[in-house]
Amino acid sequence: MKPAVFAYAKARSLDHAIELLGQHDGQARVLAGGQSLIATLNMRLDSPDLVVDINGIPGLDGIARRNGQVEIGALVRHAAAERSDLIKRQLPLIAQAMPHIGHPAIRNRGTIGGSVALADPAAELPACLLALGGEVEIAGARGRRMVRADDFFKGLFDTALGPGDVLTAIRLPAATSETRTGFAEFCRRHGDYAIVGLAASARAEGRSLHDVRLAFFGVGATPVRARQAEAGLANGTVDAAVAGLAEDLDPPDDVQASGVVKKQLAAVLLRRVAAQLMEQRS
Amino acid sequence: MNIVDDLPPVLTALDRPNSYIGRSVPRPHLARLTQGRGQYVSDVTLPRMGHAAFVRSPHAHARIRRIGTEAAKKAPGVIAIVPGAELAEVMTPWVGVLTHLKGIKSAPQYAIAVERACWQGEAVCAVVAKTRAQAEDAAELVEVEYEELPAVTDAETALDAATPVIHLELGDNLTFERKHEAGEPDKGFATADTVVETTFVFGRHTGVTNEPRAIVADWNPGEQRLTVYHGTQAPHMMQNLFAKHLGLDEQQVRVVTKDVGGSFGIKVHTYADEMATVALTKLLRRPVKFVADRLESFVTDIHARDHRVKARLGVKNDGTITAWEIDDLTGIGPYSVYPRTSGIEANQIVNLTGGPYACPNYRAHARVVFQNKNVMCQYRAVGHPIATAVTEGLVELAAVKIGMDPVDIRRKNLIPDNAYPATGPSGIKFELLSHHAALDKIVAMMDYARLRAEQERLRRERVYLGIGFASFIEVTNPSAAFYGVGGARISSQDGATVRLDAQGAVICHTGVTEQGQGAEAVMAQVVASAFGVPIERVRIVTGDTDNTPYGGGTWASRAAGIGGEAGWQAAKALRSQVLAVAGSILQAKPESLDIRGGVVVDGATGTERIGLDEVARVAYFRPDTLPPGFQAELMATRHYVPRAWPFAFTNGIQASWLEVDPDSGFITLLKHWCVEDCGTVINPQLVDEQIRGGVVQGIGAALFEHCRYDERGQLLNGNMADYLVPMAAEMPDIEVGHVVSPTADSELGAKGAGEAGTAGAPGSVMNAVNDALRPLGARPITEMPMTPEVVLHALGRV
Amino acid sequence: MSARRIDIAVTVNGEAVHETVEARTTLVDFLREDLGLTGSHVGCEHGVCGACTVRVDGVVVRGCLTLAAQCDGARVETIEGVSDSGEIADLQDAFHKRNALQCGYCTPGMLLTAQELLKNGGTPSRAAIRQHLSGNYCRCTGYHAIVDAVEAVARARGKA
Repeated sequence: MKPAVFAYAKARSLDHAIELLGQHDGQARVLAGGQSLIATLNMRLDSPDLVVDINGIPGLDGIARRNGQVEIGALVRHAAAERSDLIKRQLPLIAQAMPHIGHPAIRNRGTIGGSVALADPAAELPACLLALGGEVEIAGARGRRMVRADDFFKGLFDTALGPGDVLTAIRLPAATSETRTGFAEFCRRHGDYAIVGLAASARAEGRSLHDVRLAFFGVGATPVRARQAEAGLANGTVDAAVAGLAEDLDPPDDVQASGVVKKQLAAVLLRRVAAQLMEQRS
Repeated sequence: MNIVDDLPPVLTALDRPNSYIGRSVPRPHLARLTQGRGQYVSDVTLPRMGHAAFVRSPHAHARIRRIGTEAAKKAPGVIAIVPGAELAEVMTPWVGVLTHLKGIKSAPQYAIAVERACWQGEAVCAVVAKTRAQAEDAAELVEVEYEELPAVTDAETALDAATPVIHLELGDNLTFERKHEAGEPDKGFATADTVVETTFVFGRHTGVTNEPRAIVADWNPGEQRLTVYHGTQAPHMMQNLFAKHLGLDEQQVRVVTKDVGGSFGIKVHTYADEMATVALTKLLRRPVKFVADRLESFVTDIHARDHRVKARLGVKNDGTITAWEIDDLTGIGPYSVYPRTSGIEANQIVNLTGGPYACPNYRAHARVVFQNKNVMCQYRAVGHPIATAVTEGLVELAAVKIGMDPVDIRRKNLIPDNAYPATGPSGIKFELLSHHAALDKIVAMMDYARLRAEQERLRRERVYLGIGFASFIEVTNPSAAFYGVGGARISSQDGATVRLDAQGAVICHTGVTEQGQGAEAVMAQVVASAFGVPIERVRIVTGDTDNTPYGGGTWASRAAGIGGEAGWQAAKALRSQVLAVAGSILQAKPESLDIRGGVVVDGATGTERIGLDEVARVAYFRPDTLPPGFQAELMATRHYVPRAWPFAFTNGIQASWLEVDPDSGFITLLKHWCVEDCGTVINPQLVDEQIRGGVVQGIGAALFEHCRYDERGQLLNGNMADYLVPMAAEMPDIEVGHVVSPTADSELGAKGAGEAGTAGAPGSVMNAVNDALRPLGARPITEMPMTPEVVLHALGRV
Repeated sequence: MSARRIDIAVTVNGEAVHETVEARTTLVDFLREDLGLTGSHVGCEHGVCGACTVRVDGVVVRGCLTLAAQCDGARVETIEGVSDSGEIADLQDAFHKRNALQCGYCTPGMLLTAQELLKNGGTPSRAAIRQHLSGNYCRCTGYHAIVDAVEAVARARGKA
């Protein structure tokens, strides 16, 4: 399983990377962590002309709080995010999700930006982005732009990123005392991609939940917001939410589980995560 | 957790001072593997070596109309592009049949498919290039024109008139059929108070050795000699096969195994792409290396255990089992694998079902059918996991039906420990087993009563825990009855040569081989004990047909029992030789002397008389000082084969303790126990670790592993993300206990232990899952792997 | 600026190495084939089995999911170097004593991964050890003895 021949270039700067991507008419790939890209290349599922290594571009690996948001640079390694106190305190949902991503060796190289850009339907971070209503910062030939999470995921491995774009950061709302988050996934083995998972956030006012965002993953081509279930949780009970969920999700069968089983598992996750959301913050 | 304690030595026949028998000695010379300084075949490089890659059929069944190689030949680094027809001029095809499987039939298989590809992944053209990457580049440029043919992918309909016959000359898709009847099964069912009837389905799965199959073949035209570095379990067998199919004499062929990164039976078979690599070196007159990559492995490493077993058991209300019946259907690949045949697994299932139990009334029917899927053959514990799961599944279903505790129903029916020698319902012969002692021991180890109480308490809190048992028997130390009688040149005997070097150290050359189970360590312990030296003074040479006695290699758990016995006898013989020399030097009777702790001593008093280094010095360098007419011999060879018993059956019992979440169908393994009886235990730690590794492989089969094919014969999950092997986080701690019933067929009395873990684990886990789900009114689960989907279906949740 | 063959300067086990590599060559293949450091193994080439685990700039990575070209300027350590330095002598010893290896193919990756856990200090629970090693496939041992060995070393280091 050796890759087909390709050329390699190390980008000196963001502009340099964009220039290289632009020269290759869709036949260049961005190499960040490489934990997905290189496996794909090894299996010859993809054979680009050029791999653009962006690991040397300065300024893309910071974690900082700004204006009520936490900005995570695209090149922040999963391991760094896992260790980050700022993320633990200000983005509890991300902190909950991190240990589920692969294994230590994968987390030492894989990047936050890479995971969001690839948008594997069974991956944790894209769902977390959707659950928090975050934004994605993209740099391309025509400058920078922000794309909201709800608009970023389009289809299977298909996002708002074009072939000449580089994802540079994600921005997520920092948690307040009213923030409630919940995370759970079902996978056969620790570190696997989830069969089904749920990342959730909400705002608590007294005993009720507002701005409920339930992002399921492993249930379709992209992470999916379960809108009826969200309404059910906001308005009434968990049972109402579970009833709504049956309308929200229609997962296709895949190698790990049938759609019917995924639906059953999604309902179980909803109950567990709803319980997490309803717990009082200490 | 403590290091496994040494067992006290058991038999006086083995009573040697400073004996290593029964001691948990760390494996000698293992540090090279912890330092990354092992040498696996995948590490071997030779001058001018080419790397092979194969163009493989994407279709399950297709005629090969044309192969265009012009573009590929021009690719950078290419040495040769060789389709099947060209290679067939160098290497003859083979047929995987043996005469003792009456009526078994198969079609000739070529090193590279010539006219037809018969499974998705079968090689249709070889590419040899300077690097593997270049070979893969060139393979993409080979143009193959296929004419797709209908694929046979359903074993249930493989014999229907409407189903295409894969090999027209064979007449139908039946590889092998066997019927067996013993006692009076019809009467047994008629007199039963209850009949349990169900169908078991076992998912096809595979070995997934960490180091993939690897071979480096080097034909030296100057010497007219072929050297093959091959991670095989049976180097002498492969020596014979390489010679036979290339038209060479065996003495022109040398097979060297090096370190092997896991085998478990996967690497004991003949693979077309490996034979092709050997043919290629002869054709190209330079070394050729082939290492299967992981994607190739999934479609070409032998698969195993694809069986559907309809089964019935008759039982009386007092728990007495009155009859067994099975109907086994297995769908293999398009060829019976060579040379051991793909009929053995089904044959074993017929042989082993009901084996631990006294009830003699038994009817079995087994059919093996061809399909257009990857080939299937022997994998660790061959047939035992299925026979055990069927037997033990029926027993626990029967216990539930009549309201009897699963331990009690076993106490009622297992062959009594004092009833030996005994014969099983299929005619298999047992020398001495210990089913009841093992059962008593496991009940004590797991504190069965306490677990049942905890289960009951937690059920009231809607937490569902389960306990499942599996008694089992295991084939080890096979005589010629296994393969030799069928015409296979697979040696059931084994040999060991031990010699004294010039400094008084002992070197043992053995025909058994090492794949990590500790065969070398066991040989060293046996030789050191029999001869009388500290184990540091023993070195083992293995895995080289040029440098070891003719032997069978390691498979069917034979290394300790058969290889060890040869080593024991050879070391005793060398001791006699050394004492003859020492006696002659010392002017003492050799019978009055012994070797202890590496020194020749007075047998009665233990007084040191002469060092081994001194004996060697005199024998090798100063034979002029020895009495005239006395010739020193310091090298002894002994061979051994079991003669009294066709197989040295072992026995044991396993228990699984687990939790099932009825909402999600997820299973959490809490603990696992195994009590096994493998006769004399040479190294308790190595036995325990074989059991543990085997149990986890069995758990893989029970819960995770499944080669999933669609109706077109496409393997859907042939990679390590989609095919699930057990990883550390989901596995339980595994406690192992021992009972010892030695075999009298050898002085050591050692039986085999390598496969028992895999034999009993799936049945015990299945029984535990059903035990956990029973209060919820679930349909008993009799299919594996037991995925969350399977559990949820059984519960009626989906 | 882009090339199919790249010059790299990389420190491997403390030794300065200058080589020209194909862009597509993975780190583990570079180490094994170009430098003859065969202690790191290839098991799957898609990042799941962990047999290729090596250290790059002090942390464990999958050698099959890293390009050699990416390692220009990096510090690479393989099992050979980590072993020769004595850094994991107690782990290797414990593995040996407890037979936490059989065929040895997963062992270099398992040792390097375990060492990364133990470097954090403390005595991880058996469950935590299992979780940390959950990305290293072993087919031979069933993992129990490996967990025993890592647990024993953690305790011993804690006492030292």
